[in-house]
Amino acid sequence: MASALINVPPKAKRGEIIEIKTLISHVMETGFRHTQLGAVIPRNIIRRFVCTYNGTEVFRADLYPAISANPFIVFSTVATESGTLSFQWTGDNGFSVTESADITVE
Amino acid sequence: MERAASRREFLQIAGGVAAGLGLGAVVTVRPASATPAEMQEAIRSVVGSARVTPGKVKIELPPLIENGNAVPLTISVDSPMTEAQHVRAVHVFTEKNPQPYVATFHLGPRAGRARVSTRMRLADSQNVVAICQLSDGSLWSDSAAIVVTLAACLEDGI
Repeated sequence: MASALINVPPKAKRGEIIEIKTLISHVMETGFRHTQLGAVIPRNIIRRFVCTYNGTEVFRADLYPAISANPFIVFSTVATESGTLSFQWTGDNGFSVTESADITVE
Repeated sequence: MERAASRREFLQIAGGVAAGLGLGAVVTVRPASATPAEMQEAIRSVVGSARVTPGKVKIELPPLIENGNAVPLTISVDSPMTEAQHVRAVHVFTEKNPQPYVATFHLGPRAGRARVSTRMRLADSQNVVAICQLSDGSLWSDSAAIVVTLAACLEDGI
């Protein structure tokens, strides 16, 4: 159901700063909205996003209901070595998605 | 004919009552928006009582946005991002959303560049505040005012 889009350059020079773009499909229901009959729509958001580079955490974000639906996050990291960047989103109702991307550092 | 008309009337009345109930309920139970004071409180709860100095951090936000549901937000910090001197965290707060927290970004020397972008919701025209925490423990802030034409959080679900 949930699908993520990740943009990581496949190749980079050692020490180069690379920009990473991530987008994940998620409603990010705030918990402040109501149905037409007045019932509260329960909160359902992604609370945490973590990016690890060969197992080392390089970026983390704590998200709140004020983040738009389908959270889009852009950040950067230093290309240190060839390997795998892994991305994990976790949230309410046991939501958890992990994606990864490979990078070759020359 | 008689039957059809009464059925239509019934549906119209039922629909009107349901809509009335729904609207009434929405108006009465909607949470009050946070206030600038609540935002200050939230900031204090996150960064403690340390002094926050304006500068170093920069919010890039359009001055006017039509749709408050997806407002592009970019935050950059003037920092060399080395092992000795880097940004530890960036916190974003709003004044008038139902709750003041937007996001916290945890960075480090591995980030290379202290620049983060995302999209946020805004419930009203208001100020957005970013506070960054550097590796030496100092706190820096920036604030940006934005006018929102169509607020987020107002439309209701089914």
